[in-house]
Amino acid sequence: MSFFRVENLGVRFGGVVAVAGVSFEVRQGEVYTIIGPNGAGKTTIFNLIGLIYPPTSGRILFQDREVKGAPHHVAELGIARTFQNIELFEHATVLQNLLIGRHRHCSTSLWQELLFLPAVRAAELSHRAAVERVIDLLDLAHYRDNLVAGLPYGVRKVVELGRALATEPKLMLLDEPSSGLNPEETNDMAFWIADIQRELGITILMVEHDMNLVSRVSSRVLALNEGRMIAEGTPTEVQSHPAVIEAYLGGAAR
Amino acid sequence: MRFIFKTDYDQDIRLFQHGGQVFWYGLLVALLIAAPFLVSEYVLSQLHFVCIYSIVGLGLMLLVGYTGQISLGHAAFLAVGAYTEALLQSKGMPFFVSIISAALLSAAVGVIVGLPALRLKGIYLAIATLAFNVIVEEIVTRWESVTGGNQGKHLKAIELFGFRLVGDASFYYLCLALTALSCLALVNLLRSPTGRAFVAIRDSEISASCMGINLAKYKTMSFALSAALTGVGGALYAHKVAFITPEQFTLLTSIELVTIVIIGGIGSLHGAVLGAAFIIVLPQLISIGKDWLPAAVASQSGLQSIVFGLVLIAFIIFEPLGLYGRWLKIRSYFQLFPFYRAGTFRRQKSYMRSERLR
Repeated sequence: MSFFRVENLGVRFGGVVAVAGVSFEVRQGEVYTIIGPNGAGKTTIFNLIGLIYPPTSGRILFQDREVKGAPHHVAELGIARTFQNIELFEHATVLQNLLIGRHRHCSTSLWQELLFLPAVRAAELSHRAAVERVIDLLDLAHYRDNLVAGLPYGVRKVVELGRALATEPKLMLLDEPSSGLNPEETNDMAFWIADIQRELGITILMVEHDMNLVSRVSSRVLALNEGRMIAEGTPTEVQSHPAVIEAYLGGAAR
Repeated sequence: MRFIFKTDYDQDIRLFQHGGQVFWYGLLVALLIAAPFLVSEYVLSQLHFVCIYSIVGLGLMLLVGYTGQISLGHAAFLAVGAYTEALLQSKGMPFFVSIISAALLSAAVGVIVGLPALRLKGIYLAIATLAFNVIVEEIVTRWESVTGGNQGKHLKAIELFGFRLVGDASFYYLCLALTALSCLALVNLLRSPTGRAFVAIRDSEISASCMGINLAKYKTMSFALSAALTGVGGALYAHKVAFITPEQFTLLTSIELVTIVIIGGIGSLHGAVLGAAFIIVLPQLISIGKDWLPAAVASQSGLQSIVFGLVLIAFIIFEPLGLYGRWLKIRSYFQLFPFYRAGTFRRQKSYMRSERLR
């Protein structure tokens, strides 16, 4: 049994082949990173896994079940994601954002909610407790009641990580967790990623550019260029792979 | 300034956050209950309209303010509610049955209108709902055997538990009770997972769906709930005016309903009620103002529409948060005195967001 596997995944937009024949496997409990120059198709792979675009070929297997349907089915399987450019609910507080992360665990019916029956209150209190654990872990207590619209970029990035954590996922997809962060914030992010993997036992699949962060947290790395796989292995192996150097620096640098 | 010391998660989800709210809302309810004894018959009659428009405003607020789906066709739901009520009453149904049927039928129509909303956004959705309004208006005019066409339809006084609701006060209490119930139901909904899902859809559909929110289900639900409340409002409206014709449910009515939401303040339930009150009071102000204007201006027939339009534009430009937003600003001015600054409520420009995927 494999934890998460992508087989021969491909997508084309008109004449542009964005991703072609990508296959990889993520083992339970590891941090698996996808790297590659701009336009390599990294985020597109995330969007394919999230079922935001339908793939033209290949399939995605999570715990030996095929991932298909609409984006909300992906979340229900226990796969949560963050976005490269932050997609938070701007006109809601940090607390509300994290509570929306609890959505897949909500089971109260509309009628119960309209009357706010004791069952709804009890469920809300337990969701709140779960969210507070995330707030504690990520040090967000200070911002709990702030509107997201007024928060600095670095904090938003953490809120997004928190929202994904609040869903209690088995697999987390992080799309460039360190983009737009200063070195200090990147350092915090590296600690959190390591904590999430080790202490919460959540498997992480991430796209990242910061090679320092990649080598600190990743178990294995996959390098892509122009939608194709060029190398896979430990961070050091991939970094010294000739095809990777060529993709980043051009052929002449060899 | 009030500082609330929180020691329990329950404090964030209870109905009233502090004693001050209990006091002021209690006072408001007491005044509203005492209103028939305090105000003239004419003012009471206007209060009927405020209640009815509040219910409709709350319904539209849920859809526009909280779910972020625009509708320029809500007068159609009003019509469905009003005609269902008129028809069932003429068939001798008790009021309970007829008003619940009005709500359910409107909700069912709301689901049908909600379906294109799964694919349409923004201006396209506005046009689709606008077209829906025109269609319903046409059906109501042509389907004479049921609606009476342009001849209109008369309604009798409501009978409740064997009592005829004659007189303004009893009808007022009925409207007031339904308004209070609608408010309470929406407050409850908005502090529950469904309400949060609506807000999530409003702010970012893509990430809402990645959090496991079924967009199709929640958008349709929002349309249905919104239409149901509007249907209830329509049924009460039919009784209030006692005679309904298709001209009461035109596109202009829809725009008037959207005006309630915008003037009141998008994204607040208070706003829906304040907007409803404003839209009832404004025509009175205009007629008072007419005395001060030169005769050539005051006698123009389009004066009211012009003033409405200007007020709407002024709100969009100068106070996008609406009446409720203005009230919040005034309140914090006094709470923070003398430290209030003009920028307190200004929102930062939002950052670049992921490319819109659909």
